[in-house]
Amino acid sequence: MKTQSANSKEAVISISQLYKSFEDNHVLQGVDLDLHKGENVIVLGRSGSGKSVLIKIIVGLLKPDKGIVKVFGQQIDKISKQELTKLRLRIGFLFQNNALYDSMTVYENLEFTLIRNQKQIRGNEVKKAIKNVLEEVGLADTAGQLPGELSGGQKKRIAIARALVLRPEIILYDEPTSELDPITGAEMNELINEVQKKYKTSSIIITHDLTCAKTTGDRILMLIDGKFIREGNFEEVFDTDDKRVNGFFDYNFIQEKHESYSK
Amino acid sequence: MDSNSRQPVKYFISKGIDQFFIGIHDIFKFILQFFKEVFRPPYEFKEVIRQCYLVGYRSLFLISLTGFITGIVFTKHSRPALASFGATSWLPSLIGIAIIKALAPLITSLICAGKVSSRFGAELGSMKVTEQIDAMEVSAINPFKFLVVTRVIASTLMVPVLVMYSALVGLGGSFLNVHANEKTSVVMFIHEAFTKISFNEISSSLIRSVLFGFTIGIVGCFCGYNASKGTEGVGKAANIAVVMTMFLIFIEEMLIVQGFNLIYPNE
Repeated sequence: MKTQSANSKEAVISISQLYKSFEDNHVLQGVDLDLHKGENVIVLGRSGSGKSVLIKIIVGLLKPDKGIVKVFGQQIDKISKQELTKLRLRIGFLFQNNALYDSMTVYENLEFTLIRNQKQIRGNEVKKAIKNVLEEVGLADTAGQLPGELSGGQKKRIAIARALVLRPEIILYDEPTSELDPITGAEMNELINEVQKKYKTSSIIITHDLTCAKTTGDRILMLIDGKFIREGNFEEVFDTDDKRVNGFFDYNFIQEKHESYSK
Repeated sequence: MDSNSRQPVKYFISKGIDQFFIGIHDIFKFILQFFKEVFRPPYEFKEVIRQCYLVGYRSLFLISLTGFITGIVFTKHSRPALASFGATSWLPSLIGIAIIKALAPLITSLICAGKVSSRFGAELGSMKVTEQIDAMEVSAINPFKFLVVTRVIASTLMVPVLVMYSALVGLGGSFLNVHANEKTSVVMFIHEAFTKISFNEISSSLIRSVLFGFTIGIVGCFCGYNASKGTEGVGKAANIAVVMTMFLIFIEEMLIVQGFNLIYPNE
């Protein structure tokens, strides 16, 4: 199923017939996806369904077995290392476990990324840029802290700040609300929307959290058995008799109820 | 071909043997990448200096202690054998040759294998399994250059310095023992200790130390950089780094000594 958004904006990411296997585990089996400028696309799916593999292929961390992956018109597995490095500067990536450099402070995490990519930037400009981006994620007072001293939600925000410091045009979020309580999760969803508005980014958000999908997504794609089997807005995706889709919805509903009862 | 069809994984010989040769191929590829990256800008001078400090300065106490004890113990053990035919005056020469030619490079390198190689393996392994290396890559930073090249340069530079320092401390320990028993003066001790050692032998020790330092760095980084399977993988990376480095140091020692003897049969 070739995914298409309702608008006719240019595609910043275009994926066609993507296949990826790990030995005899066929994770992606003919995935098609277009991400348009300014759009937030949600990829929903169960754990191990290949969602993270998909965005790792987009950013060149994994190579596809078959298929075409184009980012800003450049085929990711055909470009040179230098071209890939330049392309990566236009993409922000939020890892599921945040992947903050744990031996560096929050400030150094951002500084390390910034000064290695913007050679001409001066000391004062670095400080100003880091201060601004930390204020944007609401954590200006954590600059001197180590990642190990932060809460789960704070780590996610710093990971977003680290991605934002390079002013990316695309952001790929891998489970931005995983391991967060519902309130912190809701704050994270709000931040994702704010980032999109302020930076005019296009995003792919990998999640299995339906609240995140509903709050942040312009379009939702459901990945099951290595293929997108549903596409549309939240209501369209779940308006089906397909048990694989409904089961996903029911589980999230039960989990939310359970969490609210526990509180 | 239908991508759903399940195929059994095929091996050339067997899984173990295939993996062994793949491992050899991977480490040579890793070494090749090091030599490609080391001369290519940007140069991470600040990180190299930081690593030199960690490898060199932070190992000083351990190297001093082991070097000093080696000098004293080796002198004590050697004395009875020489005393039996009245040749205790040869002790400084014997100790000089033993420490500078063999003991200092080998013992210092083995200690660094345990201290430095394991640290490289654990640090990089931990960064690998927590996706920090991937995070560098997607931030358009070359993680190989920042993490591997800097560490290998630091260990290659610092291990020979530590070896020389260890030799001096070892000779110091030996002198204390010789002075206490034979009342030999420091000038006489130094003269005797260095009389029997040629420039080629000192060069051979230094060349071996450089090679050992490179081995310590590259093996530690290779094991860490290729770690997998969570915390268990980190432990395994650190463990394999130490074992493989020690094993390679002994192999290299044997090959270099044999080679050196072929080139200079009288030394």
